[in-house]
Amino acid sequence: MSLIGARVLRKEDPNLITGQGRYVDDLQPAGCAYMAMVRSTEPHARIAAIDTTAAREIPGVLAVWTGADVAHLPARPSSLPGMDMPLITADVARFVGDIVAVVVADDRYTAADAAEAIIVDYEPLPAVASLSQALAPDAAMIHPVLQGNTVFFQDYTEDLSAEFAAAPRTASLSLVNNRCAPVPIEPNVVLADWGPAELTVWAAFQAPHHLRNTIATFFGISQDTTRVIAPDVGGGFGAKINFASEIFLAAALSRDLARPVKYTQTRSECMVSMFHGRAQEHKVDVAFDDKGKIHALKVQVTQDQGAYPDATGMGLPVLTTAMAAGCYKIPKVAVSWRNVVTNTTPVAAYRGAGRPEASYMIERVIDLVADETGVDPVEVRKANFIPADGFPYQTHSPLAVYDSGNFAGVLDELLRHVDYPALKAEQAARRADSSAKLLGIGFSSWLEIAGFGPPGSLEAFGHLASWESAQVRVQPDGSAIIYTGASPHGQGTVTTYAQIAADQLGIDFDRISVRHGDTAVIPQGIGTMGSRAVAVGGEGVKTASTRVFERAKKIAAHLLEATEDDIVVENEQFHVRGTPSKSVPWSQVAWKSFQPLELPAGMEPGALDATVFQQVPNFSFPSGAYCCVVEIDRDTGDVEIRNMYLVDDCGTVINPMLVEGQVHGGVAQGIAQALYEHMQYDDSGVPRTATLMDYLVPAAPDLPGYVSGRTVTLNPSNTLGAKGVGESGSVGAPPAVINAVVDALSHLGVKHIDMPATPQKIWSVLRESK
Amino acid sequence: MGMIPARFDYKQADTVAEALSLLASCEDAKLLAGGHSLVPLMKMRLVSPSTLIDISGIVELQGITEAGSALRVGALTRHRVVERSQVVAQHVPLLAHVAGLVGDPQVRNRGTIGGSLVHGDPAADLPSVALATGATMVVAGSGGERRIAAKDFFVDFLETAVGADEILTAIEFPKRTGAGFGYEKFVRRSMDYAIVGVAVQAGDEPGIALVNMGSVPRRAEAASQALASGASVEVVAALAADGTNPPEDLNANADYRRHLASVLTKRALLAAGYR
Amino acid sequence: MSTVEMHTTRVTVTVNGREVAGEVEPRTLLVHFLREQAHLTGTHVGCDTSNCGACTVLIDDEAAKSCTVLAVQANGHRVTTVEGVGNGSGGFSPVQEGFRQEHGLQCGYCTPGMIMACTALLAENQQPGEHEIREALEGNLCRCTGYETIVRAVQWAAANGGAGEWA
Repeated sequence: MSLIGARVLRKEDPNLITGQGRYVDDLQPAGCAYMAMVRSTEPHARIAAIDTTAAREIPGVLAVWTGADVAHLPARPSSLPGMDMPLITADVARFVGDIVAVVVADDRYTAADAAEAIIVDYEPLPAVASLSQALAPDAAMIHPVLQGNTVFFQDYTEDLSAEFAAAPRTASLSLVNNRCAPVPIEPNVVLADWGPAELTVWAAFQAPHHLRNTIATFFGISQDTTRVIAPDVGGGFGAKINFASEIFLAAALSRDLARPVKYTQTRSECMVSMFHGRAQEHKVDVAFDDKGKIHALKVQVTQDQGAYPDATGMGLPVLTTAMAAGCYKIPKVAVSWRNVVTNTTPVAAYRGAGRPEASYMIERVIDLVADETGVDPVEVRKANFIPADGFPYQTHSPLAVYDSGNFAGVLDELLRHVDYPALKAEQAARRADSSAKLLGIGFSSWLEIAGFGPPGSLEAFGHLASWESAQVRVQPDGSAIIYTGASPHGQGTVTTYAQIAADQLGIDFDRISVRHGDTAVIPQGIGTMGSRAVAVGGEGVKTASTRVFERAKKIAAHLLEATEDDIVVENEQFHVRGTPSKSVPWSQVAWKSFQPLELPAGMEPGALDATVFQQVPNFSFPSGAYCCVVEIDRDTGDVEIRNMYLVDDCGTVINPMLVEGQVHGGVAQGIAQALYEHMQYDDSGVPRTATLMDYLVPAAPDLPGYVSGRTVTLNPSNTLGAKGVGESGSVGAPPAVINAVVDALSHLGVKHIDMPATPQKIWSVLRESK
Repeated sequence: MGMIPARFDYKQADTVAEALSLLASCEDAKLLAGGHSLVPLMKMRLVSPSTLIDISGIVELQGITEAGSALRVGALTRHRVVERSQVVAQHVPLLAHVAGLVGDPQVRNRGTIGGSLVHGDPAADLPSVALATGATMVVAGSGGERRIAAKDFFVDFLETAVGADEILTAIEFPKRTGAGFGYEKFVRRSMDYAIVGVAVQAGDEPGIALVNMGSVPRRAEAASQALASGASVEVVAALAADGTNPPEDLNANADYRRHLASVLTKRALLAAGYR
Repeated sequence: MSTVEMHTTRVTVTVNGREVAGEVEPRTLLVHFLREQAHLTGTHVGCDTSNCGACTVLIDDEAAKSCTVLAVQANGHRVTTVEGVGNGSGGFSPVQEGFRQEHGLQCGYCTPGMIMACTALLAENQQPGEHEIREALEGNLCRCTGYETIVRAVQWAAANGGAGEWA
């Protein structure tokens, strides 16, 4: 019985549900010292003086560092040249949260006291708190190396004035993709132990080998004595790929103090220092006809990078503009983007990393076209879809060659779950009844680029390569260990890989372990991000397992004195096809694989061990169709999601339970962005939502249930046929929600509401429309 | 940043007298009951008392008793207990209902009615109940006992009439057996403080009180008077925000708060049985 | 800067049925006492404004956020953490098993607090409806699951033994 598609319970759970997980803060090595930070309370200020006298005098304080103490060290990796983010800012703080001093003490309470005792004298400088402020002609400048505050500008790839002039109709839309904070429930945590022979860093991180390589380069030490361990990690969502300054600070201080140094970020710190996501503004122009067919699309993306542009963050609008056309066959697409600095927390990858911004934009455009033409939004989608036989589909972007898709099919599957005519009738009835809540129905037919990626793709973001490693090693007793370079933090990758391997090897799921996260144990690796763990990493597990299996068959054939091609495995017994009585157990094949006298000619002992650096020729393109039904309270503007229908197409599903979990989680974050969350700054650059009291991560009663379904369009770039699904929900949900909110109010002439669609915003719109 | 309180001395009081004595003798002391208003502030170091006097063991501050035409609720009574109390449900149902809406279940298991009232947060739920029902706060000091009407209790932002050397010992709620009530709490998330809230107590001396419509918990005076003189729900609701100066924050500006006050007052009045 | 001198006090808490004593500063949060004195790291810290609930434990059988309780307040009381929940024979409680059966966890960081909050719910309400389950978890944030599978986990537990036992 194949385990592909099986709802297998997770291997990860027994530890986690009993509190036996090992997260970085759980580690309490002997002699551990604790680091605390002093962070700028000013958005932009010269540091005139720092008085550390009182802090140094507190018993138990081991070190107090300011910018001068790290002047000999490089800037934070992934910084852009000329706009380096120093580990500790020495002269100018550029955002609230910028590190200005660091203390280490014997215990975390003393460290907190010492941090409080440091007095910083700021001389405020003019700050730019928003894109409009940053781009104003007389704007204060953040980095002297720039002209103004624009780091990079890409002009429109094409001139579409002719197409727009010729089109029957045109429309424009300005969109804000609101800045969000990733808020994994575990913030950033690092423990560094720089011993005489080796540096070991435990970090809540998504790419341990990448961190190992970077730390070694940073300190000028060699990788063979640098070890990074990502143990259990409490969520990442892309934010734990970033090279947080504290990692390098903890290591440097550990070396200096000859003690392990641990830093556990508080949530308030995390809100302003863990890099934010989204923070884009779009200007969109669309040319179309009366039937809703889109002729041309012009998209300008402005990406807020925060105070220090990060290499990953710079790439977000590249992905957004590459995916600007979504599921649609749009003859002409011209894109432009620019990256702009502001005195705010840096911006980088957050679940979806540039693609939720694209899908939000194009799905709002579709609904705009529907509104302008009077054609139903479902029909506008169908009129513009790339047809099912249109793949591979080269988009306007060299990055995006869509692999496979059946967008009309996915939408049809969704419509089987949704009684659209009944909902429209209910909507009309409620509009006529002033005592009833308004009803809105919103769709999103979305597509995203995942399964990072083909050779060169991750290198562009600074990674070593774009493969993922898988080593499959059979033990003498016939159990197997998989070593993966993937670094899961909730995805259930261990379970998924064991399912794949069990299928290929014929070894029982319960006798397969998966190891990850420790660079001393895993040969090499790239990490978990960009929805690649199954599409790339899982394919590697399959490839390596297949190799091992072929060699095992060779040994079994030799032991059974049969032909290799006639050998099959069933219930962990190798036998000749049709003759189950003549068999040899896997355990015996495994044992003998180490015994030269037992092996066929030419086979070395230890052959049941294969390492693969799995490449894929292309990204993958998961898609889906979601429908959101909202109710709006006419008197308060409150929005409640009544129904959330989700159909995902991620190709082959290895474990449907885990896929559903990923979809739910992504959708929850997407709904949160659409209705609740907004990382806000006041006009002077001071964050207003720096705690979980003010930054509204929703809880269980604040979110709806989900009805989920599936279609399967295989990924042609791997033999699994799996596309990945980790970020899909956050790509598909926000437009469905906002389309529903606008739909609920469209009879009042409402064309658009920016995210988050708060009750006050909706009430204002309702009031204005009266 | 945010997690570790500053150092303090910790003392326990087993009686009110002991607590008063400690309050008088310790400089810069604060009382610790459930701690769910105080400890979060201390972790942020917004408040850093030199001494915490733990009064949670004082038996005489516990318990709910009937005192003639009033219900006497000990200051240390936890929200959870108030929520489930049969006698509160029978005689001051508005109180039982609202106690079940404070914070989240974990907060309700630890937080006390006294702690909440003395904290005096205009965004908290229970002060509006005290105001709408016309409760009386019983305060003990070295000079003996004082009785303060709810309308005189909330003095300024996070400041009540309880002196630095005094303890709120009990709250007496006039019995409202069989009378209607309503409480509307408008929130973004279920666990949040009200953006605006309205408490309505029906009956002979009806009262309407507001949550998060100013710098102190307050009654909707004009609306309450109109209600008492028999005006309709529409007329009363239109007066809800009269005389208020609502705060502006991330969730609502003053205009929107005024609007919500009217809408929620109407809904609370309807729930209380008014038309 | 506090002018109070560094001093400790003896705190004795019965944690999961076992007495744990420590000399700690009065300002020590219960969650840190559990993690560092009792060496039970299952209870987690996720925020600093008492919103996330990752630190939820039972104090005298009632759910409480251990980041908002001082260790001294738990002196002489009983505390149950996720490590104290089980079926008595080293196996899982119905709530734990429900989380496993229904995929009510992904990264696992919020999970101990969730399990304690769900256990407390089922101890008081054996057959909660979906709305009641969601309301009971209003003080527990999860960033991974979107809550649907957590609701199913509680429903599974309600149908398969309820709150279960704890120390």
